[in-house]
Amino acid sequence: MSAWDQALWVAFILLNFLLLGTSRLSVCVRVLSAQGFLLAALPWLSSSAITGHTVVLSAASALLKGLVFPWFFMRALDAAEVRREVEPYVGFGASLFVGLAALGFCVWLARALPHPSAVSNVALPASLFALMTGLFLIVSRKKAITQALAYLVMENGATALGMALLHWEPLVVELGILLDLFAAVFVMGIAVYHINREFDHIDTDRLNYLKD
Amino acid sequence: MIAALVLLPLLAGLAALLVRRDGPRRTVLLLTAFVHLGLSASAWRRAPAPLWNGWLALDPAGRLFLGVTSLLFAVAAVYAVGFLAREEKGKQKDADEAGAFFLNGPEAIFVGCLLFFFSAMTFVTVCQHFGLLWVAVEATTLASAPLIYFHRNHRSLEAVWKYLVVCSVGIALALVGNLFLAVAAAPNGGPAVPLVLSEILNQAGHLNVPWLRAALVFFFVGYGTKMGLAPMHTWLPDAHSESPSVVSALLSGALLNCAFLALWRAAQTGVAAGQAAFVQDLFLILGLASLAVAAVFILGQTDFKRLLAYSSVEHMGVIAFGMGIGGSGVFAALLHSVNHSLVKGMLFLLAGNILAAYRTKAVAQVRGVSRLLPVTGPLWLAGFFAISGMPPFGTFLSELLIVKAGLDSGRWGVTGVFLLLLTLVFIGMSRCFLNMAQGRPDGNGLVSPTKEKRIAFLPSLFLGALSLWLGLTVPGFLQRLLQETAARWGG
Repeated sequence: MSAWDQALWVAFILLNFLLLGTSRLSVCVRVLSAQGFLLAALPWLSSSAITGHTVVLSAASALLKGLVFPWFFMRALDAAEVRREVEPYVGFGASLFVGLAALGFCVWLARALPHPSAVSNVALPASLFALMTGLFLIVSRKKAITQALAYLVMENGATALGMALLHWEPLVVELGILLDLFAAVFVMGIAVYHINREFDHIDTDRLNYLKD
Repeated sequence: MIAALVLLPLLAGLAALLVRRDGPRRTVLLLTAFVHLGLSASAWRRAPAPLWNGWLALDPAGRLFLGVTSLLFAVAAVYAVGFLAREEKGKQKDADEAGAFFLNGPEAIFVGCLLFFFSAMTFVTVCQHFGLLWVAVEATTLASAPLIYFHRNHRSLEAVWKYLVVCSVGIALALVGNLFLAVAAAPNGGPAVPLVLSEILNQAGHLNVPWLRAALVFFFVGYGTKMGLAPMHTWLPDAHSESPSVVSALLSGALLNCAFLALWRAAQTGVAAGQAAFVQDLFLILGLASLAVAAVFILGQTDFKRLLAYSSVEHMGVIAFGMGIGGSGVFAALLHSVNHSLVKGMLFLLAGNILAAYRTKAVAQVRGVSRLLPVTGPLWLAGFFAISGMPPFGTFLSELLIVKAGLDSGRWGVTGVFLLLLTLVFIGMSRCFLNMAQGRPDGNGLVSPTKEKRIAFLPSLFLGALSLWLGLTVPGFLQRLLQETAARWGG
């Protein structure tokens, strides 16, 4: 494992803190894009051999997660004409503290499980942390679009976890997962569009009609 | 053969999107459903050859749930043709809010997504590779989301958003389960074991236990969300109550089973690795939690489609409880999942008829269904007895077998709690069902019995008859398949 590899994982962790602390939606979208590029770069820096498989996946990841999804979100933001602020239920300072606690938990969890050999020390907690950040953002942010974004952060965490554990799914499965992700962003994008048209905004706190 | 099963509805769905006229499009739907049913029936008789090195194959569990899904879809397709014909074009009055109107989504998208959804569910039943299984389960969520939003109002929009977010997040956790399972199979970075069910089962003795247990927890949370097990069930009542009834029938009768199948495959690896007690405990806890949540919300329920939705949570709980008991409870749980699909499909289709006649989902405003709807009314009552596990319906037999398995295994305490919760559910359900069936239809200007269209009640009648048949005798071919499936469970 190279120093570059370690540095990328640390950058991955810091990007998640940026997501938790920022109040601007456009920053969130940029962070998402940066995460996509990081995920594309990771396999090149790790010790495992580069195969055709990694090249295809890295390219697909950079293209979809680095460019297409962020572009899609930026367009949705323009179309929705919403205030470009995150509007949290949990304040930014408190979110950062939750993030810190979550990171601590991830480090503990990674140590509690028997350590698979050849896996970097930071990689496992870093990817679990992205997963937790995504989960927390989904429950703590008001806008539907932020929730869709946070789902992608979670998914990035799951992808990173696959890389951290040096487990490559067969190409067809990886591409299937990316295809599902693409469809998910597409369907969620349509739903956000309809929420915006129905309510003239995309805050999910107005989605509170159905309950028992 | 397997390829045909998955591709047929997929291609038909594409065709449905392209066809411009309603008539031919509905024909495509019906044709696809019945050709698929024929293919499934022949796959049921003789397992087709595996594809892709065994990544796609029909094991007994797959055949069982493929058969149920295909049958239910064929019935639902017939109902859907009637449903689409009776839906008005243009603005419709909102049943639940006075003065509100809504539009329907385009019919091409509805039929297309219905077929895509069917293809995704078929794909779930044939996947032996855990990665592909994940892709398939997520695909079912995405394909069914537009179906829930067919009646375009703010409630269905809310339901679809919850469905998308809760299920996608849940299934993302199942992806983590996949990765952990991969580590459990090769903890020291050795040669990676392909995540194919049969390979994992062969290597089960060598799986790393802590990683496997972590994987199982993620699988239970992930696929349990999709299966509607409490406390991850929150999407279910909204999605089932706000979608058109024919979609609710498929969500409840077919989709929940597919999620159960995904969980079954994941849990099977745990049992094979000697973690049967751990797996059973997880099933028991989630099962009883689902029953308890369902009982609480059914007792105070005012909306009859939400009532049926919570009843699905209850029955998923019953299935999980049977799995948790283990032994002969596994057979009973499988039988119960078949019974539940038939009866719940029947009830949701009937609920669609009632909704169409009364234009409300409020239990309090529906009186005298038996008088007003001469066929739907009696069937609604029969469905109530069937869903509550009364003899002579199939659910009685399967619930009895589960209780017997519980008592035989000496777990008196949990079995007692199980029976108590079932009783509470029965009380809550009987209040709603009987109030709706009896009395005089008043208000809404409805008094005289209406003549019902055959296409609206024959599908339910057929499903009810099947449930009755399964209660009187479990036919040999089903019995054999169930036993074969339960035998693969091990434990």
